[in-house]
Amino acid sequence: MDPSFSPLGDQAIVIELGNDINEQTGQLVRKVSALLESRQPEWMIEFIPAFVTVTVFFNPGVALYEDVRMELAELLTHLGDDLAVESRTVEIPVCYGGDFGPDLDFVAQHNGLTRREVIDIHTAGTYSVNMIGFAPGFPFLRGMSERISAPRRDSPRLRIPERTVGIAGMQTGVYPIETPGGWQLIGRTPLRLFRPENEIPSLLRAGDKVIFREISEEDYHSWEENPDAENP
Amino acid sequence: MLKIRKSGMQTTVQDLGRTGFQKYGVIASGAMDPIAHRLANLLVGNEEQAATLEITLVGPVIEFAEDAIIALCGGDLDPKVDGVAIKMWRMLTVAKGSTLTFGEPRIGARCYLAIAGGIDVPLMMGSRSTYLRAGIGGFQGRALEKGDLLAVGQMIPQQQKALQQNTENEFDWLVPPVRYFDEPVIRMMSGRQFDLFDADSKKRIFNEAFAVSSNSDRMGYRLEGPRLALETPAELISEAVAFGSIQVPADGNPIVLLADRQTTGGYPKIGQAASVDLPLISQLKPGQQLRFREISLADAQQRLVEQEQSIRELKAAIQLKWEEWT
Repeated sequence: MDPSFSPLGDQAIVIELGNDINEQTGQLVRKVSALLESRQPEWMIEFIPAFVTVTVFFNPGVALYEDVRMELAELLTHLGDDLAVESRTVEIPVCYGGDFGPDLDFVAQHNGLTRREVIDIHTAGTYSVNMIGFAPGFPFLRGMSERISAPRRDSPRLRIPERTVGIAGMQTGVYPIETPGGWQLIGRTPLRLFRPENEIPSLLRAGDKVIFREISEEDYHSWEENPDAENP
Repeated sequence: MLKIRKSGMQTTVQDLGRTGFQKYGVIASGAMDPIAHRLANLLVGNEEQAATLEITLVGPVIEFAEDAIIALCGGDLDPKVDGVAIKMWRMLTVAKGSTLTFGEPRIGARCYLAIAGGIDVPLMMGSRSTYLRAGIGGFQGRALEKGDLLAVGQMIPQQQKALQQNTENEFDWLVPPVRYFDEPVIRMMSGRQFDLFDADSKKRIFNEAFAVSSNSDRMGYRLEGPRLALETPAELISEAVAFGSIQVPADGNPIVLLADRQTTGGYPKIGQAASVDLPLISQLKPGQQLRFREISLADAQQRLVEQEQSIRELKAAIQLKWEEWT
């Protein structure tokens, strides 16, 4: 579909690039993001990419909505295939079960599986990061097997420790910071997903591939001493 | 140096927010009432984005460890220096050892304390705003507590001179105070999903009053009033939200998203408050009411441009006053 534009209040414009979540639209979102990043229009304050949209915040003191819309429409005609979008694979080590994953049993029982099977299925998948949002560095991941899906908890937990790995419906994800939440918790990673001291504070970026690898509690603790390492 | 003798309900270091990191899920934060924040800074001769203290409803007790130039703008929380009521919306000097206290909130909910030199906390991702949930930015990533000592930034020569030469504690000029209302009318543009709401909801959003619930904070104000509903239930794909987005979760009670909003959301947005009216919302206390009135995008933008123009004029006038001390 052709991109469509609509206002989000008096200081932002939403570029809609598709109707549903799929790989093609995701790539388009990343290309538009890369284009905005390289062009940096003078009226642009910042932008937020999501599943099928890129929202651009602008300064109405520099340009008003109609001008921004026309400039963006023009800009998007330069959206060739030449913009190579980098795709990386990031491995996330996870210590499953126990205190780190108090809901691993629930997920197993809910699906008529053993704990071992849940772990094997979770680590067998390759996941794509569809977008970063909800919390700093939080990846919305696509690609989890239906066989380990589980409903959210009826009442959310008030505190979920940072770096906890969870499942909600068909989604799996990692909480980068301590938050309340209703996900079923299956494990924890020693890897920091949110790194506020870095120029790019999120370990993961939209378009990345993610794989989970099981580690022992012992490895978890030695890794935790050096949480930014790619390997222990 | 500022010594915090009592914390107050929620006193945080804020500036104009964190820009450029929302794409990584990092929230904007920043002053809930950016106009009051900016005016307070301009009055004391700071840059608009210098860090101030955002003081919420029940004020802190603050002791000044050095002579200082301050200004208070925003909600009137009955400020006093050494027990004597002080005026807001103007530049004041306070002597070393004096104490700033607050009484009962009179109008508004948030008061901004600017101090010449700015509150000196480290920049985190380009901003000094407190990001409470992530525990970063501001003063140690949290609201102020009793016993905290806050550093004040270096004053520029003009500020030093103004402080030395001024023996009166009150300057005879002020900025026109922003008017806050007990039951404001908030101008609202249609949201991206306005048309998905049923006919009844589309009428009632403009015809009835909504009350700010007690479950309201810097992230957003939950409103109580007529329940709003979609024509047919819809699963939406999460997308960016903005300061002032009015989203409606399944329970039908709208939420106005404010400074500490998440970057994205999946609830339908019935509307978007005009930027110029955001301070009127941020200054509401739980239990107070508001109403919505429709405004076109063109009008909302026009008002915003005009507001910026009048702030520029004020800034020029204040700078003229400051030339006295060059």
